Amino acid sequence: MRYLQQEHVMKRMNKRLVWNRVWKGVFIAATSFALLALAILLYRILSQGMGYLNFDFLTNFASRIPENAGIKAALVGSLCLMAVVAPVSIILGVSTAIYLEEYAKKNKLNDFIRMNISNLAGVPSIVFGLLGLTIFVRMLGMGKSILAAGLTMSLLILPVIIVAAQEAIRAVPKDQREASYGMGATKWQTIIRVVIPAAIPGILTGSILALSRAIGETAPLVVIGIPVILQFLPTGMLDTFTALPMQIFDWAKRPQEEFQYVASAGIIVLMAVLIFMNSIAVFIRNKFQKRY
Amino acid sequence: MVQILEKQQPTSPIIQLNEQSTVMESKGFNLWYGEHHALKDINLAMNENEVTAIIGPSGCGKSTYIKALNRMVELVPIVRTNGEVNYRGRNIFEKGYEVEELRTKVGMVFQKPNPFPKSIYDNIAYGPRIHGIKNKKILDEIVEKSLCGAAIWDEVKDRLNQNAYGLSGGQQQRICIARCLAIEPDVILMDEPTSALDPISTLKVEELVQEMKENYSIVIVTHNMQQAARISDKTAFFLNGEVIEFDQTDTIFSTPSDQRTEDYISGRFG
Amino acid sequence: MTSKQQESSPVQQMIAKSRNRKGKKVIEKIIPIGLFLAASISVLTTFGIVFTLIFETVEFFTRVSITDYLFGKEWLPFSGKEPLYGILPLILGTFKVTLIAILVAVPFGLGAAIYLSEYASERVRKTIKPVLEVLAGVPTIVYGFFALTFVTPILQAIIPSLKIFNAVSPGIVVGIMVLPMIASMSEDAMSSVPKSIREGALGLGATKLEVSLKVVLPAALSGIIASIVLAVSRAIGETMIVSLAGGSTPRFDFGVTDSIQTMTAYIVQVTTGDAGYGTTIYYSIYAVGFTLFIFTLVMNLLATYISKRFREEY
Repeated sequence: MRYLQQEHVMKRMNKRLVWNRVWKGVFIAATSFALLALAILLYRILSQGMGYLNFDFLTNFASRIPENAGIKAALVGSLCLMAVVAPVSIILGVSTAIYLEEYAKKNKLNDFIRMNISNLAGVPSIVFGLLGLTIFVRMLGMGKSILAAGLTMSLLILPVIIVAAQEAIRAVPKDQREASYGMGATKWQTIIRVVIPAAIPGILTGSILALSRAIGETAPLVVIGIPVILQFLPTGMLDTFTALPMQIFDWAKRPQEEFQYVASAGIIVLMAVLIFMNSIAVFIRNKFQKRY
Repeated sequence: MVQILEKQQPTSPIIQLNEQSTVMESKGFNLWYGEHHALKDINLAMNENEVTAIIGPSGCGKSTYIKALNRMVELVPIVRTNGEVNYRGRNIFEKGYEVEELRTKVGMVFQKPNPFPKSIYDNIAYGPRIHGIKNKKILDEIVEKSLCGAAIWDEVKDRLNQNAYGLSGGQQQRICIARCLAIEPDVILMDEPTSALDPISTLKVEELVQEMKENYSIVIVTHNMQQAARISDKTAFFLNGEVIEFDQTDTIFSTPSDQRTEDYISGRFG
Repeated sequence: MTSKQQESSPVQQMIAKSRNRKGKKVIEKIIPIGLFLAASISVLTTFGIVFTLIFETVEFFTRVSITDYLFGKEWLPFSGKEPLYGILPLILGTFKVTLIAILVAVPFGLGAAIYLSEYASERVRKTIKPVLEVLAGVPTIVYGFFALTFVTPILQAIIPSLKIFNAVSPGIVVGIMVLPMIASMSEDAMSSVPKSIREGALGLGATKLEVSLKVVLPAALSGIIASIVLAVSRAIGETMIVSLAGGSTPRFDFGVTDSIQTMTAYIVQVTTGDAGYGTTIYYSIYAVGFTLFIFTLVMNLLATYISKRFREEY
């Protein structure tokens, strides 16, 4: 006895094929929505901001008058911030990754460290701001300085760098390690001369992407309370400063319509910095991909 | 030497071995993976209620060929074909022939057991359900019938709601056969169905194939010549993407007409 | 080979000399300790966060009763005479934005994930995935500006009663922000379902839709749910979008067209203003921050639990 009647199956077949096509269209539409959102966002910002973006905009300090407003202090401040964040977060992150991948034994303490890192990655950035405000700004007396903000940002992106570095280290083939041990090299020699050089492209790519997150991050800076209207450049680590996203935030909040355009111009500068950093990351990734 | 032989053979006519009705046949069928000409001018006919075995060394195109018979080969994006593969007289590569329709008639059992990560019951009921059968009683009957047909009912009847991944490899493969039987196909394609199984499971699947040909036409790819000899009615020998010889299994294994076939079955290469 | 021959080899002699150097052994001992200290920074950070929040929150609760805080329906910290610190309006504000965001992000994110994993050709997938990464990398301040200056005016044209600050616009934009996360994590989960299982279904004559919805989606469900939970966590903690476009009016109702305030936006409001150190308002941001932290922590732990507990073994 046959349970499936052929006419029935065939009649249903058409319906199923039509549904398949309809839903494919729906899925494509969903994907296009995301792409469209990005396109509109970029177009909107470019069309608003381009008019205000000129050389003066890059070299002027902030101003009450939209036409005179510039981004000099913010741009320099963001670069100074990165000068703190990059070394601190990369050194801590890579060291942690080496420890976890090469030295950590399977025990409760190390499991706890791993779990802690994955949870830290999910803590909202504004909470890191509260940490920075309490510990660095007040308790350690650093004030609203580059150092305080830089250390806060370093801790914020630390989990991202650790995970990226762990993946890069894990991807180094075992036989390369064995070749080094086979010649009588010690563990640390093997790590520093074989594993890390092989993992550097992955580590760099991950680190640059993490830094580009730090450069666009606003909430922790707001909480730490760094100022926005500055007429001077920082001269040291303990100087106060302002940063690109802070400056944009301030302009975006202003009621005058002109400041919207100024904010757009600021966003273009910020996005340009981001795209520059991302292209370096992509370049490194493509150049060194799959060498084994 | 080999080249001379090839040149002497003109495009062979469809090899029609007896009067039984043909279910599937390919006529001058070619297939390319990108630039690689993987199947060259294949002419074969497969009969109703028979087991057709396809043998040959690795890379000879036997797996590609069986995957072409229900167009699974199209999952590789760079594949191109020409020529015909006819199922019940209609070219399956013809425009407007929907793969879904073809595959409900020409089912497939794969090299590695690939049950869905679902219960045994849901695995078997998957096919009938997509064809619109919702009635629980009918589904129950189909599941039982299919599992019996795949000779695994007694082993799993008390745990139909357990995940199919809990079964052994041999059991999983028979679940996959049952899953294929549940859509009541016309032809069953088996791509090295025992290559991942232990000897005892292999034996069970072989016995099953023998029983199944009562109701189905079966095409089986195997790298195991003894297996082909044991279970098939006809055997085709593939080499470098060509059919070297196609005949009654007994003839192929006792008095092959081509030297290369003889070399292969006597274990001189492959 | 005798030991004498070995001794005489100049390379082996140098190796022997270097091996006996004291420094080398010390390095091998010290390095792991140094690395462990670096690793412990991340643990210290967590402790730092938890202790900071608890410490200042306890100070806050010496001034405001904990029941008033947890169950109070009014959040009026700036009303000079009798400030009220009931967290519920802020939680409700966060909840509204998160809900709208998820309503946007889940259908579009999942749709994109299914398209990329099941339908798109390799070439299309390789083009679209980096674009989604770009979308995920756009700073939240940019999204906030976009919500305030573009999405809100458009929505106002459609819904005339919509205020300039509202829950809908930031909700939609937060949804766009977390969309790539759902799309890419779900796509990963679906792509890791083995090809052979798809072939099994296709070989039975199933359409791609049936394969996607009835085989792949259920098999990848734990990863998909985990991605949604993480997206919820991100939406709850999102700050700049809601600060710019959501407003600063804590409100205990379910309306979405009026100005609202989320937990994060409150912290921003206080820290950009001039609430002095040591005031109740100052301590209140830690209480709110702690509440926020608990919410996101629960979500993150839940996501980890789901993806571990229900992981499919193929």
